[in-house]
Amino acid sequence: MLGAIAALRIPCVQRFRLRKKAKFALYMLIALGVIVAILLYLFSIDIAVLEPSGMIGRKQFRLFLIATLLMLIVIVPVLVLTPYIYWKFREGNKAAKYAPDWDNSHLVEVIWWGVPLVIVIILSVITWKSCHELDPFKPIVTDKKPLRVQVVALQWKWLFIYPEQNIATVNFLQIPVDTPIAFEITADAPMNSFWIPKLGGQMYAMAGMKTQLHLIANEPGSFFGCSANLSGEGFAGMTFTVESDSDSSFDGWVQKVQASSKNLDLETYNALSQPSSYTPVAYYVLGKPDLFEYIEMKPMSLK
Amino acid sequence: MFGKLNLEAFHHDAIEALAGLSMIFGGLFAMAILFYYRRWTWLWRVWITSVDHKKIGVMYLVVSFLMLFKGVFDAVMLRFQQVTSIGNLHGYLEPSHYQQVVTAHGTTMIFFVAMGVVFGLVNIILPLQIGARDVAFPFLNSLSFWIFTSGAMFIMVSLLIGDFSGAGWVAYPPLSGIKYNPGVGVDYWLWSVAISGVGTLLSGINFIVTIFKMRCPGMTLMRMPIFVWSSLCSMVLIVLAFPILTATTTMLTCDRLLGMHFFTSEMGGNPMMYVNLIWAWGHPEVYILILPFFGVFSEVVATFSQKRLFGYVSMVWALVVITFLSFIVWLHHFFTMGAGANVNAFFGVMTMVIAVPTGVKVFNWLFTSYEGRVQFTVPMLWFLGFIFIFTTGGMTGVLMSIAPVDFQMHNSLFLIAHFHSMVIGGVLFGFWAGFTYWFPKITGFLLDVRLGIWAFWFWFVGFLLAFMPLYVLGLMGATRRLDHFSESLGWTPLFVVAAIGSMFILTGIGFHSAQIFISIKHRRKNIDVTGDPWNGRTLEWSVPSPPPFYNFAETPEVHSRDAFWTMKHDPSPKQRSFRDIHMPKNTPYGLYIGALSFMFGFAMIWAIYWLAVLSFVATVICVVIRLCDDDTDYNVPAHEVANIEAKIERKHEMGLL
Repeated sequence: MLGAIAALRIPCVQRFRLRKKAKFALYMLIALGVIVAILLYLFSIDIAVLEPSGMIGRKQFRLFLIATLLMLIVIVPVLVLTPYIYWKFREGNKAAKYAPDWDNSHLVEVIWWGVPLVIVIILSVITWKSCHELDPFKPIVTDKKPLRVQVVALQWKWLFIYPEQNIATVNFLQIPVDTPIAFEITADAPMNSFWIPKLGGQMYAMAGMKTQLHLIANEPGSFFGCSANLSGEGFAGMTFTVESDSDSSFDGWVQKVQASSKNLDLETYNALSQPSSYTPVAYYVLGKPDLFEYIEMKPMSLK
Repeated sequence: MFGKLNLEAFHHDAIEALAGLSMIFGGLFAMAILFYYRRWTWLWRVWITSVDHKKIGVMYLVVSFLMLFKGVFDAVMLRFQQVTSIGNLHGYLEPSHYQQVVTAHGTTMIFFVAMGVVFGLVNIILPLQIGARDVAFPFLNSLSFWIFTSGAMFIMVSLLIGDFSGAGWVAYPPLSGIKYNPGVGVDYWLWSVAISGVGTLLSGINFIVTIFKMRCPGMTLMRMPIFVWSSLCSMVLIVLAFPILTATTTMLTCDRLLGMHFFTSEMGGNPMMYVNLIWAWGHPEVYILILPFFGVFSEVVATFSQKRLFGYVSMVWALVVITFLSFIVWLHHFFTMGAGANVNAFFGVMTMVIAVPTGVKVFNWLFTSYEGRVQFTVPMLWFLGFIFIFTTGGMTGVLMSIAPVDFQMHNSLFLIAHFHSMVIGGVLFGFWAGFTYWFPKITGFLLDVRLGIWAFWFWFVGFLLAFMPLYVLGLMGATRRLDHFSESLGWTPLFVVAAIGSMFILTGIGFHSAQIFISIKHRRKNIDVTGDPWNGRTLEWSVPSPPPFYNFAETPEVHSRDAFWTMKHDPSPKQRSFRDIHMPKNTPYGLYIGALSFMFGFAMIWAIYWLAVLSFVATVICVVIRLCDDDTDYNVPAHEVANIEAKIERKHEMGLL
């Protein structure tokens, strides 16, 4: 029966007609135009991760570039080989060689196990080194003393505590330029992720735990910050602004906040930690110096 | 009496009500059709109680199609919320509703679309490819399907009664804990995932045993078609990974229900434990989804290049290496949790290593076509689209495996673009390739080609429009699951493009529906009487389409890889001799147990404990009754087999005239 079926095969396979050369050229031209338009658009907009304003972000971006270029060694051949092979060995091209039983070649297999392996080994070395160099817990060493900022993710806003300046802010972070910032991060909320794309990323904020992140701004400017991890209803409103400016303007700002009438004691904090979203910027004098430690230990003290 | 269930649970806003009502009317319409054509007994006898792997596979595909509609519709809703919720505008969805749609989209697509199409194709094709008459445990197969379906039902029912979870598809605590989510939403998610997970685990065991014990004579492991190998790897991953999911959901349920603290910082619990556990399951899960489609592409490329698959041994080793590595990379889902440099570096390097065997597979596919005669059929279009999307998606994946780079991309839309490249470009494109390829085997006629081409181009262009902008948005600082953003960020144009892309994909699905409808309508025109419309290479093409219920009238004997190809080129005439065939009987107990497990889950969600106890006891009784039943199989006598085969042959000859 099988032989009979094979002999009686009817040609059901329907094939596409390949496009004419002229048409092909026109399509290529249109595609080129679209690509140029897209590139022009991309250069006209501000892409934070690709145009960082701080040393950490810049190093992360450089790593991004190196890795991309290394991978193109494998990706480009695939993207070139694919159209070549499928054009040359289309069924209509009877001039091309047809070797239906050729299914093995040690040489080419060694190449495509080997070349990607070498690239991955190079990337692994880069990864290992950069994981240590850019470890978020590792302090940034410059000739300036780092600024300590304690970050608390609340439902759904960010509380920034400046323990040394004895002040606190909501959804606003003022930092001096070229000064390393040592963030300590915790939460009184579901898990969030603390992210300032222009300066470098990103660290989880978790209740009952303290994580660290070290960033630096090397340019004055105003940067966008947000939470990258879904934390409930008001999560989209958890954005904040980072203002980086000279040391003197930072000192002036600190004095202004220290003169603020609002005092962040436990009572104010308990009111503040109630769920709210799109919360306006607020400034406080820190009334409870160990507020951060209190928040961090809160889950452990509940029974 | 009704636990937490009260009238308030039925109260919904206009959009939810619309979705719920359309679901009810769809169901009523289907029932009306069944009454009109008097097809209820047919439905019961031929489909619902069937233990035939081909029937069960088709039912998996039907459920997956319905869920795909829902999942894509969710996606379109999300994108349209984003383009109508900028600056002062706040869109048409409440944030909590938006987050439910986000969660439902992810859960639906992973658990009930991607898993469903995997099991659909594996069910239909795998036993045919190894020359078996059914799977090892046919009743267990039916049971798995009904449990899977009851898992899907939770998502649908949550549209009508109560709410779904808004905690994202992996439901990190403490957000998914009782403190921040006291409602029933997370419970719906938990029971949906937990129950369907049991079905998946049972299927995994079933197919491993099938592959090891049911191969026809001569089919050694290294002669198995690559699709069988890739399914085997996927099923091994299921058996190893899904118990982790079951344990994790159980612990989260204990946290929520019994006031325990596995995953909350109070009383010594830790949410980081959950994050580790869910990804220790979740990363193998994505390989569970993609591996079978590596197999599909291997079959498709070899058939349409009219050439042997290049580097078979290499392909098998690549699959095995990926299977092994997929268990030691889970931490790359949370480099930003502060694990420390050495841990991050280890998991980053392991992640990169996976790119090597995956790259090898791509080159092997390309060289399968090298010096072949490539026919540009619709499955090949899907393959070429896959190559483009999958290689670029793979590249961004390796980028993110470098932890310091990932710090800038974690949870951003860059990540979303990456994993949709893998899941749409890999899993769904692979599914459409396999679906088009094997459709004539399932039904006996081919799918309409023109509509297939249209569907492909809408999916492909739609994918580029919907996800390439997300790479850029991610680098601009846009995070996932945002229901609103500020105008000053300059994200609007790219979000608009992405929304248009989602409409393209929806149109692509429209073309698929039209293609299936038209093909069924004009089935006589596209009929295939040979059983082998593509000049195939593997055993499933050696039987008639659709195959008789016993698959193979005579047990085939295999002497090489590409077994059917060799048979076709063997000139010696074949003498047919039939023997009695031993087949399993249909049974409704799969449906009963599936329905009861749904009832149990529903009762647990709404704290209706008497019903939970009742349905649990009933489930146990059903299992016992089924276990005590000795009359589960029967013999098809040789003369009857001969009659059926003769009938099929006559039909084919008439078809040819």
